Amino acid sequence: MSIFERFTEGWKKYRKPGYYREFDYHWAMTIDLDKCTGCEACVTACKAENNLPIVGEEEFAKGREVQWIRIERYWEGEYPNVKLGFIPMLCQHCDAAPCETLCPVSATYHNQDGLNTQIYNRCIGTRSCAVYCPFEVRYFNFNDHHWDSPLDQQLNPDVTVREKGVMEKCTFCIQRIRQAKDDAKDDGRRRVRDGEVQPACVQSCPSNALVFGDRKDPDSQVAKSMKDPRAYRVLEELNTDPSVVYLKKVDAKG
Amino acid sequence: MQAETNDLQYADVNNDIVRSIVETGPRYYVALGIAGGVALLCFFFPWFYQLYFGIGAAGLNHPGVWGTYLASFIFWIGLSHSGTLLSCVLHLTNSSWRKAMYRSAEAMTLFSLMVAATFVMVHVGRPWFIHWALPYANQMEMWPNFRSPLLFDVMAIATYLTGSSIFIYMGSIPDFAAVRDRTTGWRNTMYTLLSLGWRGTDREWHRLHWAYTFLAVLIIPLAVSVHSIVSWDFAMSLVPALHQTIFAPYFVVGAIYSGTAGIVTVMFVLRRYMNFEQYITKVHFDNLGKLLLLLSLIWTYINMVELFTAWYSDTSTEHEALSYKLFGYYAWLYWEMIAFCAVAPLLCISGRFRTSMVPMLILSIAINIGMYTERFLIVGTSLSRQYLPDSWGVYVPSLVEMSIILGSFALFTTLFLIFVKIFPSVSIYEVKETMDTPTVTSNAEPIAPPEGSPA
Repeated sequence: MSIFERFTEGWKKYRKPGYYREFDYHWAMTIDLDKCTGCEACVTACKAENNLPIVGEEEFAKGREVQWIRIERYWEGEYPNVKLGFIPMLCQHCDAAPCETLCPVSATYHNQDGLNTQIYNRCIGTRSCAVYCPFEVRYFNFNDHHWDSPLDQQLNPDVTVREKGVMEKCTFCIQRIRQAKDDAKDDGRRRVRDGEVQPACVQSCPSNALVFGDRKDPDSQVAKSMKDPRAYRVLEELNTDPSVVYLKKVDAKG
Repeated sequence: MQAETNDLQYADVNNDIVRSIVETGPRYYVALGIAGGVALLCFFFPWFYQLYFGIGAAGLNHPGVWGTYLASFIFWIGLSHSGTLLSCVLHLTNSSWRKAMYRSAEAMTLFSLMVAATFVMVHVGRPWFIHWALPYANQMEMWPNFRSPLLFDVMAIATYLTGSSIFIYMGSIPDFAAVRDRTTGWRNTMYTLLSLGWRGTDREWHRLHWAYTFLAVLIIPLAVSVHSIVSWDFAMSLVPALHQTIFAPYFVVGAIYSGTAGIVTVMFVLRRYMNFEQYITKVHFDNLGKLLLLLSLIWTYINMVELFTAWYSDTSTEHEALSYKLFGYYAWLYWEMIAFCAVAPLLCISGRFRTSMVPMLILSIAINIGMYTERFLIVGTSLSRQYLPDSWGVYVPSLVEMSIILGSFALFTTLFLIFVKIFPSVSIYEVKETMDTPTVTSNAEPIAPPEGSPA
């Protein structure tokens, strides 16, 4: 096929209205704030799974910590009538993500699984995606990070270690999704079953506040919990169409 | 015009300007040495340090991922705006006072653009891959993201740089020829090449004029679009204080404003140190002062509109961003900017102020300090207060950043100093256009018709 034919083929394919919403899977997560205790097990699990750097005291004080998932704490009211709320904040994998339109080199894009992906090798480090992201969940590698021996032995071989000058963020543990898809193929199945793949944060949540799965499958746990009347999405008014749904904490006093 | 009052002859113009190129005093070398040294020490060394250790050398953090590098980038792009743009507008409106100053103004455009482009490299995390932002054929069939305002930016700046380079070069061809005819040695060879065989026939003048006007018309919308696109880097985001439709005109006006102030500064220096008193006169300062007054009023108006719409929107995020800007951590910078860019230029109402050189120099520098602050605040205050209060933070520039800002001015000065020895920094033929046809007098040497005849 000549380059021209390939181009016209591609053009036809992409001129299909709404092609960018036709996903093979549509990975999504619900976070039940009623169950969340703010224990930060998800934060730790994520650090271990995804080779997140421990930046150290000095860098932390500068505000350069890297936490793909973080627990935001919010206080309401004045002492002694104080209410403390937790909200785990991670990449929302928006289906209309502001970060994707802006990256000049397409280092961040939407893949066929409805994931907002980040290609470290392609990133040139303009950091614009971090500005455009209203959830502030993109983290930049300001320096090279080192793991002193024997800590380097604990690095996950399925995940790259990012060099200085690239942006990184939650991937919904794409390495596990990829593994689950391969396993499903090896078993002769076409699709991954519900519950077969869990990101590290979901796996480690002691209170099962986090649920992960394929939103396209109506019987999946995540699809059901998304129908919960308590469901809402953070900053929904910005129309970024996030894939992470929060279930509101219901107070006994209303 | 101004030349008539000074009893200048055609030959004097040639002699004066060729002298500025050929005769180089020790003061020039000292200035060049200092500027080049500071550029090396304060710009390139810290930059290499940062390249080696990572962007962490700057004071950036989360959420302040953009900092002074981007502010400097906008500042230099802004400074580039008046030169060629102003020159084009004044050319099309036949303003004869343009003629003595436009060459240096256009050079300012060119060099500020170069410095701005360098700041893109300083800004990004992995500048060694910066070519990925350019659309070039490659084996991966991987193109840049054409939806990205940053990519528009790359295109716009590349186009503007090309356009203004051609503009300044084309306007200089007859002058290169004039210098060629009066120099010997390697200079003669260089100017022979640069003047592209210019002989000064009627036909050549006609074509030059046509092409020059054509380019002038082309560059005006281009210049306006460049800074609109730079503003889109910010305005297309969802950040409360950045997501504003007024940003494009705001940036364009701000750019022309700081650029005009920059021209005043450069003209003062040229007049004082290159002995161009007869060419750059009080008329220029008077007219530029009027322009500065007009621009400052438009700029102030847009600022007021920006504040009003933010307040009127009545959303918590906009209110937070607004009050943070006016009374928050960076508030003193905001009020400094208002003092320098909105209040101080009102002095230009007075004609006596506009024609006094040193006060105008001080004002022009103050305006550019204010405009730099404006660019810093656009980045700094907006990123500090975004949607989620958990990620609110403060960004303070590091020493490396400060040094690079200082060094960038030295880099600009170095480039400009090299320029004045290569290009005739005042247009020889256009200055002559403003003069009466000469009568051959005893003290003037005979003038060869080619470079002597006006268009």
